[in-house]
Amino acid sequence: MSTSTLPVSLRSGTVAASGRRRSTRLPLWLVSWLQVGPLALILIVLFALPTILFLVVSFYDYDRVGIYPAFLLDNYRELLTTPATWRVYVSSLRFAFIVWAITLFLGFNIAYFLIFHIRSGITRTVLFLLCAIPFWTSGIIRTIAWIPFLGRNGAFNQILMGLGLTSHPLTFLLFSDFAVIVTYVHLFTLLMVGPIANSLSKIDPALLEAAVDAGASRWRTMVDVVIPLSKTGIVLGSILVFTQVMGDYFVVRQMSGGQSASIVSMLSTQIQAMEYPPAAANAVVLVIFVAILVAGMMRIVDVRKELVK
Amino acid sequence: MTARISDKRPWTFYALATLFGAFLLFLYGPMFVIYLLSFQGPNGGVTFPMVGTSFEWFREVFQKGQMANLPVAFERSMSLAIVVSFLTVVFSVAAGLGFRRRFPGSGALFYLAVASLVMPSLLVGFGIGLGFQFLGWQPSLFTSALGAQLTWTLPFGLFAMFAVVNRFNRSWEEAARDLGANAWQRLRHVTIPILLPGIIGVAMGAFTLSYDEYARTTLTIGPKNTLPLEIYALISSATSPTLFAIGTLTTGVSFLAIVVSLLVVLRLQRRRGRALVKVG
Repeated sequence: MSTSTLPVSLRSGTVAASGRRRSTRLPLWLVSWLQVGPLALILIVLFALPTILFLVVSFYDYDRVGIYPAFLLDNYRELLTTPATWRVYVSSLRFAFIVWAITLFLGFNIAYFLIFHIRSGITRTVLFLLCAIPFWTSGIIRTIAWIPFLGRNGAFNQILMGLGLTSHPLTFLLFSDFAVIVTYVHLFTLLMVGPIANSLSKIDPALLEAAVDAGASRWRTMVDVVIPLSKTGIVLGSILVFTQVMGDYFVVRQMSGGQSASIVSMLSTQIQAMEYPPAAANAVVLVIFVAILVAGMMRIVDVRKELVK
Repeated sequence: MTARISDKRPWTFYALATLFGAFLLFLYGPMFVIYLLSFQGPNGGVTFPMVGTSFEWFREVFQKGQMANLPVAFERSMSLAIVVSFLTVVFSVAAGLGFRRRFPGSGALFYLAVASLVMPSLLVGFGIGLGFQFLGWQPSLFTSALGAQLTWTLPFGLFAMFAVVNRFNRSWEEAARDLGANAWQRLRHVTIPILLPGIIGVAMGAFTLSYDEYARTTLTIGPKNTLPLEIYALISSATSPTLFAIGTLTTGVSFLAIVVSLLVVLRLQRRRGRALVKVG
């Protein structure tokens, strides 16, 4: 990409010239609209409209038989005055923070290792694929895979006892917050590795050499050069991990042994009971919460500018 | 990538290599346990110890059981994943190309895609399910479920295409135009071949996301389940090593898929290398 500055000036010239040559060409914005049209239509009909729909339903009235158009704030009042709601939000946020910190540490170091320390392209691809293969197995199966591993008679306890590290099996490993966090990290670390590796691969290695030549220590190079230049990847990975944990449906249900609940599993219980308006109110609150989190993170970097060059 | 600074490995290399090794162990440890347990004897359970070895649970997977009908659910998941992956490639490649220039509404559409990606999955299904109920339509595999999955795979495909398109130099297309290629020829002989490895990536990614999708599909599928939904039903009803056999099979199949697509990409690269040599 050494010629990237030159074609810019040439480009505008060519476009103008060819525009003169063929006057019947469609205007450029219309070409773009035709290209993005199908995607835009699907997102509007199947994402935006349904979202507006549950926003509307969240103000509806309901009883055991059906739901009725109304403008009530009762669903929200009930939701926000229930202590259980706050407990679930606090517990989900706590999980999200812990998992975010662990996956960020792991994801950044793994991406850095793969991009800057592995010198052969083939080795790098193979190592990337090794990280990705478990991702291809159903998340549900990967979740329950931890049960025989962490259980009382599980592989991990057997190893620990075989090594003489403990005389009796550890029981806090399974059906606990610990198990939930381990499962999340297992499921979501790759979401951090991908975007960060993408950012790191765009860094010109000459910059690192320049930093070293200018006398920067390994640590200073990392803090002043590498981390600022990989901000986009870090933010994107963080958004993905955060929203995945906040939107989790079955990990908490399956691995906490009923000690904690997730926001979405609470919501799905309401849906199964056909209590659509309170479920919708719950959904709206969760959406607003996630939107604020994501908007906050996107203020750190202009993701759009970074992605769509 | 050329050798950096010096050829001697710094200590950080060994530290990070150890971390990476430990991560792989963490990643594969529980997976190996389920691979092993999927060969559990007919009288064994979902935990250790192994009670003999058998293919009993693999046989179970291919049988129409009382609880679940896995082969049919597998077929449904496969056909849905193929359709989702095809539509995602066509629409997100087109949109990726469209986003190369700013157009009225490009900002709004970008944030719509972000929102669709970060929206908690079950809520998308909830909204679509409500919509179908209001309209009096019956949710089904290729209507509501397909739609719900596209709200997840399309933004993914679009963002992957941004990364691919960023590395694409516009002057290649313009050179083709100056040489007299029409729009279709430019797309067919210049743009698509150059973007092909990225397009294959989008197709594979969309396929995986769809094949494994649970939360968006559960409220939009109607009466006939896909494979992840059947698996979930199995978990909540009875636990047997059948689940682990499914895991072993999935890993085997995805391993094969990866090897095949890796070979395809390598072939493409070699062909391109040859073409470059010829041009040079």
